Amino acid sequence: MNRELIERLAEHLNEVTGFIYPNEVEIHWSILIVVYPYITGLVAGAFILASLVQVFNVKEVQPTYRLALLTALAFLIIAPLPLLLHLGHPFRSYEIFLTPQLGSAMAMFGFVYLWYLMAVLLLELWFEYRRDLVVWSRQAAFPMNWLYRILSFFSTDISEKAVAFDHKAIKIITLIGIPSAFLLHGYVGFIFGSVKANPWWSSVLMPLVFLMSAIVSGIALVILLYMVIAPLRGEGVDMKCLDRIASFLFYAVIVDFTLEGLDFIHRLYESEESIKILSRLATDKLFISLWVIQIFLGMLLPLGIMIAVKSLKFNAELRRLFYFTSVILIQLGIFATRWNVVIGGQLFSKSFRGLTTYKMEVVGIEGLIAALGLLIAPFIILAVFLKLFPASETAEAKEAVSS
Amino acid sequence: MIGRRKFLKRAILFIPAAGLFRHFVKEGHAKPASGGYDPANHLYGMGIDIDKCIGCGRCVEACKTENNVPKEPFFTRTWVERYTIKKDGSVEVENIESRKGKVGEKATEADVLRSFFVPKLCNQCEHPPCVQVCPVNATFSTEDGVVLVDSKRCIGCRYCIQACPYGARYLHPETRTADKCTFCYHRIVKGLLPACVEVCPTQARIFGDLRSMASRLVRFKRTKRIHVLKPHLNTEPKVYYGNLDGEVR
Repeated sequence: MNRELIERLAEHLNEVTGFIYPNEVEIHWSILIVVYPYITGLVAGAFILASLVQVFNVKEVQPTYRLALLTALAFLIIAPLPLLLHLGHPFRSYEIFLTPQLGSAMAMFGFVYLWYLMAVLLLELWFEYRRDLVVWSRQAAFPMNWLYRILSFFSTDISEKAVAFDHKAIKIITLIGIPSAFLLHGYVGFIFGSVKANPWWSSVLMPLVFLMSAIVSGIALVILLYMVIAPLRGEGVDMKCLDRIASFLFYAVIVDFTLEGLDFIHRLYESEESIKILSRLATDKLFISLWVIQIFLGMLLPLGIMIAVKSLKFNAELRRLFYFTSVILIQLGIFATRWNVVIGGQLFSKSFRGLTTYKMEVVGIEGLIAALGLLIAPFIILAVFLKLFPASETAEAKEAVSS
Repeated sequence: MIGRRKFLKRAILFIPAAGLFRHFVKEGHAKPASGGYDPANHLYGMGIDIDKCIGCGRCVEACKTENNVPKEPFFTRTWVERYTIKKDGSVEVENIESRKGKVGEKATEADVLRSFFVPKLCNQCEHPPCVQVCPVNATFSTEDGVVLVDSKRCIGCRYCIQACPYGARYLHPETRTADKCTFCYHRIVKGLLPACVEVCPTQARIFGDLRSMASRLVRFKRTKRIHVLKPHLNTEPKVYYGNLDGEVR
């Protein structure tokens, strides 16, 4: 028997206020399940930003196109890990693929994930990089030349016609990719939104709220990465690009805020049986993470900053500073959003008569250190990707794009 | 006075008649496994007679022993809640297990409007949300109406625990798989009663076959005012409460 678990639960029992069902003392979905929707949200958001270039022809955003795709891939690789680590029997996880229960939203994870990884992201990246891979396989020394050669699947054709085909393929994949990205994160929202037993989760708006907050967090992350990486590479930050993405971010935050506000007002107005316990949850257990971090620091403050930037004429340096501050605050806010959904939804009893507490472990598989590791890992993967597949396009590639 | 001949005649007739009677009043329990148990012939449920429960907790103890449930109060297949509804309208609920050994402040009789015990367990829903969400078919409904978990298949994702509106599931700390009340399935298919029903000193738990009109459960449903927990969720529980108070959730 796990002594440490029992001691921890005995401690939890002392923190309970009111009445909760005995099996509710253990918080079943921990910090790892907070990390999971946060990471998939970043994937979906970064991809949607990348697709702006392809589908909507937003040329100003071009400098972040590859960065956004690679970011999406780096985070997508890590996305299943928190789920896997959380399972009671991780070695049985293959059952989800072999004998899925098709009525279960969670069983769809494997298929949605694989579809998105294989049919969308990797394919789009391959067509985007194919020309460069051919060029690099000719220029690079052993063994890198072989790596590029293998990754390009030994294709050699970089004629104008072939590159034009690549671009056409990318457009089609992006067209499929946008609904796929919506599916990837909307479905994560559905996992929570469809639990009728839990009034904090059960909402038809949940997939939409997840989706919009995903777009917000993904765009904010790409801005953050672009602002850090461009100067590191000795390139200046393209302010035209930055202003344009920040503008998209601004509108995405407004839509996200509206949806969350609608959800809030709807709950308050309907004022169902659960309203009393949910009010106590929001004002007591989640006061800091919901009102202070998610709504004030993560949403209202960045919105205020961006309104100020839009209405007042700041110089480039000040704008950069404000954007940088905003995107960090937004990341914090979206992480708090995930926390408030996942952990918040487990802090009240389904008897609606009491509240409990979540005490995060520090070490251990479901602890803070593991969660931080999972949050840092995608950045390391991204660094390797950027080293192997530079996001800044070669002069030749630029010509190809402009032609 | 009846004569010897008449007595013998009646005695001989009594034997097949008693057999027939026994057949009619049969509780609908399963035949022993050797007799070929057919789940299609049964549909199990449980009645809880609120007025009879004295909150002794023997059912909880028996369940833990019978089903290898950890002794700690935060892992359980069944539990008993004590409700105290006071005259000022406030409601106090507690799990009788977690009160063991504690001395809390006691409400004086003058403050209390009514007080009662409510045994809880898996409701063996007709539309179980836990089965709906299980990604690998590890939790399933049997033909005879019981929701079970295949611990060899369960991956321990805990989605079913989240989906259960009644808090009836927990993750077994040893097997790391979801666990819940099975109506003591290993016993009922042999024609035995679930452990909690067997030990209840006041017969507050009534187990039976909903397909058998003569079962005690069907009689209970006929004679009591029946209510199920959280009917608005449309889970259609097969645990029926007699004289359930509106405060119980």
